[in-house]
Amino acid sequence: MTVTTVAEATAVPDANEVAAGAPSRFSPSRLFSDYGGLIGIAVLAVVLLVWAPSSLSTFRLGNLGKYCTWAIAGVGIGLAWGRGGMLVMGQGVFFGLGSYAMAMHLKLESAGAGNVPDFMVLYGDGTMPRWWEPFRSGPFTLFAIVALPAVVSFLLGYAILKRRVKGAYFAILTQALTVAFATLLIATIKQTGGFNGLNTFSTFFGQNLYDPDVKKDLYLITAGLLILFLVVVWQLYRSRYGELLVATRDAEERIRFLGYDPANIKLVAFVVAAVMASVGGAMFAPIAGIISPSNVDATASIMLVAGVALGGRASLLGPALGAIAVGFGQSSLSEQFPTQWTYFQGALFIVVVLLLPGGITSLSSRLKAVLPRRKVAV
Amino acid sequence: MTLSFVGEDYLEVRDLAVDFDGFKAISEVNVTFLQGRLHFLIGPNGAGKTTLVDALTGLVRGTGEAMFRQHDLLQMKSHEIVRLGVGRTFQTATVFEQLSVLQNLDIAAGLHRSAGRLLLARRRVPESVQQALETIGLTALAHRPAGILAHGQKQWLEVGMLLVQDAKVMFLDETVAGMSAQEREETGELLRRIVGDRTIVVIEHDMEFMRTYADYVTVMHGGRMLAEGTVAEIQADPQVQSVYLGTVTEVALDG
Repeated sequence: MTVTTVAEATAVPDANEVAAGAPSRFSPSRLFSDYGGLIGIAVLAVVLLVWAPSSLSTFRLGNLGKYCTWAIAGVGIGLAWGRGGMLVMGQGVFFGLGSYAMAMHLKLESAGAGNVPDFMVLYGDGTMPRWWEPFRSGPFTLFAIVALPAVVSFLLGYAILKRRVKGAYFAILTQALTVAFATLLIATIKQTGGFNGLNTFSTFFGQNLYDPDVKKDLYLITAGLLILFLVVVWQLYRSRYGELLVATRDAEERIRFLGYDPANIKLVAFVVAAVMASVGGAMFAPIAGIISPSNVDATASIMLVAGVALGGRASLLGPALGAIAVGFGQSSLSEQFPTQWTYFQGALFIVVVLLLPGGITSLSSRLKAVLPRRKVAV
Repeated sequence: MTLSFVGEDYLEVRDLAVDFDGFKAISEVNVTFLQGRLHFLIGPNGAGKTTLVDALTGLVRGTGEAMFRQHDLLQMKSHEIVRLGVGRTFQTATVFEQLSVLQNLDIAAGLHRSAGRLLLARRRVPESVQQALETIGLTALAHRPAGILAHGQKQWLEVGMLLVQDAKVMFLDETVAGMSAQEREETGELLRRIVGDRTIVVIEHDMEFMRTYADYVTVMHGGRMLAEGTVAEIQADPQVQSVYLGTVTEVALDG
């Protein structure tokens, strides 16, 4: 043990912070571990924003856009679950808040000024609830897509996390919320379209939704948002907050004795994840052309989590890639096996959890551990 | 603000009692932990040593009073107590195994960081962290995951985490348990080096370690204070001798 007296230690020059002594800090491998994530995001950006629009048909591009909306929610789940240890089984609630807010605006846009959405005439007496009125405004809708899930998740998260609810209890609680949310939507057919949800939108902020160029733009916005959120979590993961979040995940009680309230740390991740799910949902409505309770219920929420588990919940790109893969698998398998594809999905989920708990993105580090590696002086 | 407390930083415990559903784990505990000394807390298993520390660090609810810098610790939450400058370790070292030694210390050093600064990456190693690394002798292992550390090194890392969070009162729960003789000696020397203007309370079973390093000793038995004084006074106390009679530690005390 190096012997340094307190007096010696405090006699260090007055510089506030001293440079890290380890020379390995400046090595290429170190540089790669610091910025490798950004390179990965850049590669994904090229694939999604350059390759895909030029190579895929409008239909396939629309599908990829739909997967990207799940991927956006998945990035948030990666943050909350992979790094924060909160198994969020109810992201459908926040996905739904965003998608319904957007869908309400699109319905009102289709109906035209002063008119009410068609289903209200069909199922109700043709009067519109007053809380629909603000969603005529595009800017208000965009604001609500971010603010609504933020407020709801803050209140929910505060109540849940301050009471130190965690583990399976947290998962069950959030799952129950999404069940309640879907049930509420189904029960309020006059206000929310009920089981049918909201559909048949004609325009998106004045643009004709049947125009292939508009569809392409919708895809580009979604893919762009996905890349943006990946950069956001990249910064979060490398920040001190990211380290603190991992520390909270691994030893929550210990964090208390370092002077932090773990509930606050987790709350930030929970709220950010909720906002991401909401934004994903908001893009889902115009791309899919419909939002219904089945898109936001417990099954849909588990789908989101399954994608994240498949990709690798604690990794940077894993959640997004996993969500896209699950979406793709769902489409292609359901084309061939319309009734059995959910079994494939369930089987895949089980295999990943049992054999590869770190997800597909952990394959490389697993291989690295198996292969002989050169000695590194520490 | 810190300066004004020099020489008068002490933790005064009055009539502390902890009641677990009718079972009095500790009662009538009156003890003052003074600055600048290694204060050992000894006693047989079940004497209430850890419960006392748990009560003072917000882990269990206690009644009575525990004043430190005009705050009653018994009324505060764990993280608030830490922010006031009272830190602790646990019987089993709980470091963040997936994070590096440096990250462990950096997190401990960050309790007063603003939310905005938390969102940035660490560019340089804070001076206090660098110093702590040298003090606990883990500079060479700074970038290794804490999970690979040896048992003794984990305990030193815990002490380092208390150092960077600038704990003025440190409760160390059986820090040298399971350590080799060499590690015990290094730990004892480490505590002597860092005690300075701090108050260090060591819960210990190892009588040899206690006799070598204790400045002051409090003996607990059956949830109550049995005796306190210097090592010599404690060893001469007939009450202490009777409590330890027939136990293995008797030999160590007499030796």
